[in-house]
Amino acid sequence: MAATAPRKVKVGGVSTELVLHVGSAAFGALALVWLMYQQLLPITGTIGFWLSWYAVFLVLLAAASATTLDRIAVVDRIVGALVTTAGAILVACLAGIVVFTAVRGWTALKHVNFYHDTTAYIGPDASLDQGGIWAAMVGTLEQVAISMIASVPLGIATAVYLSEVRGRLARVVRTVVEAMSAVPTIVAGLFIYSMLILKFGQERSGFAASLALCVSMIPVVVTTAEVVLRLVPGGLREASLALGTTQWQTVRRVVLPTARSGLVTAVLLGVARVIGETSPVLLVAGSTSELNYDAFHGPQVSLPLFVFNEMRLPLDQAIARAFGAAVVLLVLVVVLFGLARVIGGKPPGHLSRRQQRRLAVTAGLAPAPNAVNVGSLEGDMS
Amino acid sequence: MTMTDDATLVLPAAQPRLPAALVAERVSAWFGDHQVLEDVDLAMAAGEVTALIGPSGCGKSTFLRILNRMHELVPGASLAGQVLLDGHDIYDPELRPIESRRRIGMVFQKANPFPTMSVHDNVLAGLRLTGRRTRRSTSDDLVERSLRSAGLWEEVKNRLGTPGSSLSGGQQQRLCIARALAVRPDVLLMDEPCSALDPTSTRRVEETIRSIAGEVTVVIVTHNMQQAHRVSDHCAFFLAAEGKPGYIVEQGRTEDIFERPQDERTSDYVNGRFG
Amino acid sequence: MTISVDPPVRTAATRRVISARPTPQDVTFVVAARSAAISTLVVMGLIGLFLLIGAWPALHQQGLSFITEWQWLPEAGTFGIASLLWGTFLIGLFALVVAVPVGFGAALFISEYAPRSIKGSLITLVDLMAAVPSIIYAMWALFFLQAHLLTVAQWISVHFGPVLPFLRVNTPDSPSSYTSSAFIAGIAVGVVVLPTVTSIMREVFAQAPIGEREGAIALGATRWGMIRTVVIPFGRSGIVGGIMLGLGRALGETIVVYAVISPMFEFTTHPLQSGTNTIASHIASRYSESGGVALSGLLGAGLVLFLFTLVINTLAGIVVSRSRSGSATEI
Repeated sequence: MAATAPRKVKVGGVSTELVLHVGSAAFGALALVWLMYQQLLPITGTIGFWLSWYAVFLVLLAAASATTLDRIAVVDRIVGALVTTAGAILVACLAGIVVFTAVRGWTALKHVNFYHDTTAYIGPDASLDQGGIWAAMVGTLEQVAISMIASVPLGIATAVYLSEVRGRLARVVRTVVEAMSAVPTIVAGLFIYSMLILKFGQERSGFAASLALCVSMIPVVVTTAEVVLRLVPGGLREASLALGTTQWQTVRRVVLPTARSGLVTAVLLGVARVIGETSPVLLVAGSTSELNYDAFHGPQVSLPLFVFNEMRLPLDQAIARAFGAAVVLLVLVVVLFGLARVIGGKPPGHLSRRQQRRLAVTAGLAPAPNAVNVGSLEGDMS
Repeated sequence: MTMTDDATLVLPAAQPRLPAALVAERVSAWFGDHQVLEDVDLAMAAGEVTALIGPSGCGKSTFLRILNRMHELVPGASLAGQVLLDGHDIYDPELRPIESRRRIGMVFQKANPFPTMSVHDNVLAGLRLTGRRTRRSTSDDLVERSLRSAGLWEEVKNRLGTPGSSLSGGQQQRLCIARALAVRPDVLLMDEPCSALDPTSTRRVEETIRSIAGEVTVVIVTHNMQQAHRVSDHCAFFLAAEGKPGYIVEQGRTEDIFERPQDERTSDYVNGRFG
Repeated sequence: MTISVDPPVRTAATRRVISARPTPQDVTFVVAARSAAISTLVVMGLIGLFLLIGAWPALHQQGLSFITEWQWLPEAGTFGIASLLWGTFLIGLFALVVAVPVGFGAALFISEYAPRSIKGSLITLVDLMAAVPSIIYAMWALFFLQAHLLTVAQWISVHFGPVLPFLRVNTPDSPSSYTSSAFIAGIAVGVVVLPTVTSIMREVFAQAPIGEREGAIALGATRWGMIRTVVIPFGRSGIVGGIMLGLGRALGETIVVYAVISPMFEFTTHPLQSGTNTIASHIASRYSESGGVALSGLLGAGLVLFLFTLVINTLAGIVVSRSRSGSATEI
C-alpha cells in the first residue's frame, strides 16, 4: 500500500487569532489615546502618551482575547504581553544607550587627531579638529596593565586555593571575595586615598589608580577562575596523581593547562570590569590633561576620567569629546567581552588548530601527512 | 635497554626484574562513619592477573583505590589494616603517597588522557609530570615500547602529535594503559577499564592485559564475568549485605571459582543468578 | 582449591591515621596558595581598618550626631550624614521600583518565553549590559533620559500632586523644578542595576526542575500557571537575593547619581523636586576640596556605605546560595 508522504504537523508558532487580537488592541489603543490626548488632557509628552497607550492596549487585549478564550487563558496572555514588554524594555535600554552614545560621539570620532592628540595645551572650547584622547588611552592602558599584573596572579592563586587546596579557610575566603565584589568602587578609591596618599604620603598617580582598580578586579578574577577550575574533570586530577605526581605538578601541568581558555576569560572579564571604572580613579589618579607616560609619578588621566572631566564642561565641543571617548571605551568593553565569550565558549582542554600544530611541533614530530585532517577528528571529543 | 647509560634518566628498575607481589592484610575502610569494607585479606600474586568481582556497591573499587593510596583523596576517608608491596607497608608514615603511586599505576573506568597533551606526551606524562628528564632517543624508544605493550602502536604511530583526546574511546583507554606502563610500575590497577568500551575495543584491551601480565602484577575490577574468566589467574568475590560493609566471600584460582565454587553465593553470582 | 571465607568474626580493626607525608614541593605550593587566599582577606580587612582610622576624628568629634545631623558644614563643626542617608535611601527605592518589575519580567521572558534561537543572545546582552561602564550610563542619563523624564515628572506632579502631597513641587510650571531630582537619578540608577537583577533572577528561574515543569504542563496548566506554581516558588530566594544585590549596587552607584543630581542637605519629602544627595555622590563631589575633619567626615560616610553594602550583600549571598547549587557558570 503506497503511503502518501507524511506531512509534518506544525506545532507552536503564532496563531492568526493572536495576531488579530494583538493588532486590533494595539490599533484601538492608539486611536483611543490619541483621542484622549487631543480632546481630554491638556498636556503633551511622548513618554506619557506611550504609557497611556500601553495601559489601554492591555485592557483592549484582554477584552479581545475574552471573546474566544476563558479567564485563565486571558490572564496567561496578558502576563505574556507584560513579560515580553519587560524583555523589550531591557533590550531597548541597551540599544538606546549604545546608539545614543555612538551618534553623539561621531562628531568627535571622525577627526583623526582625536586618536593621537591630547587636550593638554588647548582650551576646552577649542574646535574638534584639535585635541584628543591619546593621553587618556595611554593612562588606561598602563593602569589596567598594572592592576592586571597585581590581581591576575593573586586572583588565580586564590582560585586555586579554593578549588584545589580546599583548605579550612575556603569558606571564609569565598564569602569575603563575594563581599569584596560588592564593595562600592568609590569606597575602593577612598581606601587607596586614605592609605596610600594620606597615610604613606604618596602623590596621586596612575599607580594609585591601578591599586584602586585591583579591589574591583580581584573578586571578578577569583570567582570566574574558580568556576572554570571546577569544570576541569576530576578524572584528570586522579589520573595525574595516580602516576605519582605531587599536587603542585598536577595543578601546574594538568589542571591549569586544561583550564587555560577559561582562565583567559576570567582575566578578560576582570579587565572589562575595571577598564571603565570612574569613581575609584577619580579620587586617586589626580587631575591633568597632559600626556604622562610615567604611571608612578604625577597625575595621569584615563579614558573614564577624561569622559568625566569633559562631560561636566558646559561646552558643546567638550561634551562631544566626552561622547567620543565614551564610544572608544564602549568599543573596548565590547571587544573584551566578545573575546571572553569566544575563548570561554570552549570546553575545558579544547585546543585551537594553532595549539594543536604547536603540540605536534613540541612533540618533536613533523606533522604526519594525515595531520591535516586533525580537525575532523574533533568529533570524537566529548 | 640502553637507558641506564643516560645520567639524567631516573627510571625505576630499568633492568629486567620480577614484578612485585601486593598483599592486603585485614583491610577495612570507612567514608566518614560509614564502613564500606571489613577485614579484607587478599594476596595478589606477582606477575599474575587478579580479578575483583562482585555486585555493585560491594567495595571492590574502594579496595582497588586503597591499593595505591587514591582512597585518601576522598575527604573523610579512612582505613585499617595494611597493604604490603614486596613486604613493605605502603601506608608507612615515612613513605610519601607519590612514592607508592609511582610503583603502583592505575587505569580508570573512563579513559582520561590529558587533553592538552599529544599522544606522545600523554605516554611520557608520568615522567614529565614528575619532573624526570629523558634524552630524546630514550623517550621516543619508551613511547614506542609502551604503546606496543598497550597494543596501540600500529594505530597511532603516524599521529603521535595529535591531542590524546582525538583518539577513539577504545584507543584512549589503551593510551591510558600505555601511560601507566611508561613509568614501569610493579603493579597496574584497573578499575572496570572496559565498561565504557564497545566489544571490539574491549577485546583489544583484554589482549593487552594478557600480554602485559608477567611483566607487571595486574589487579582488575570487573562486572563482566566472562571478562574475569578470560583475563584473570585469580579471582576474589566481594559481597556486601544491604547497608553493611563489603567482604571477600571466596577467593582462589579463576577456574576453581568459576567451575568449583565452594560457596553457594559465589556459584549463584558467577552463573548470573544475581548481581 | 578455593578458600571459602565466612563473614569476618575477628576482633574489630582499629582505624589507622593516614599520614600523607607531603613533599617539600607540595608544602610550598599549599603555603603559596593559602597566602594568596589570605591576602584577599587582608585587603578587605585593610579597607575597613583604614576607613575607620581615617574616620575616627570625625566620628569622635560628632558622636551620634554624625548619623543624625542633616547639614554638612565642617567649618562650623556641625556635619552629619542624615541627609545623605535619606537621599541614598530614596534613590535606592526608586531604582528598585524600576529595576525589580522590569528585571523580573525580563528574567521570566528570557528563561520562559524567549524562543530558543534568541535566548543565548539575550543572556549575552544582559551580561554585556552589566559590563557597560557606569560613566556611559551617566552620560545617557544626563543628556537623554533627563530631558524625557522631565515631562513625565511634570505629568505625574500635575495630575497626581493635588491628591498626593509628596508629588508636588514648588513651581510646577517651570520644567527646571523637576531637573536633578531623586526621581530622575533613581530611575537612571534603576537602569544601571537592571542587568544585575535580571541575571540573578534568570539564573534561578532556569534551574526550576524540568520534571515539575512538565508535570504542571501535563496537567493542562497555561504557561503562566506553570510559572506561578513551579518556577516562582522554586526561585523565590533568587528573587529576594536579586533584589538585595540590586539594592546593594544601587546604594554604591556614584557617577550616575553625581552626574544627575544637584546636591542638597535637607530632608525632602518631594522626590520629584530638584535636589537630593547620596553618600557616594557626596564623597565624589567633596573629596578634592576637603581636608582635616571634613575629609575625615567623608571617610566616615564611606565607612557607613561600606558597612551597609557589606551587610546587604552578605544577606543576599546567603539567600541566593540557599537556592543555587554553586555550580552555575557565570561566563
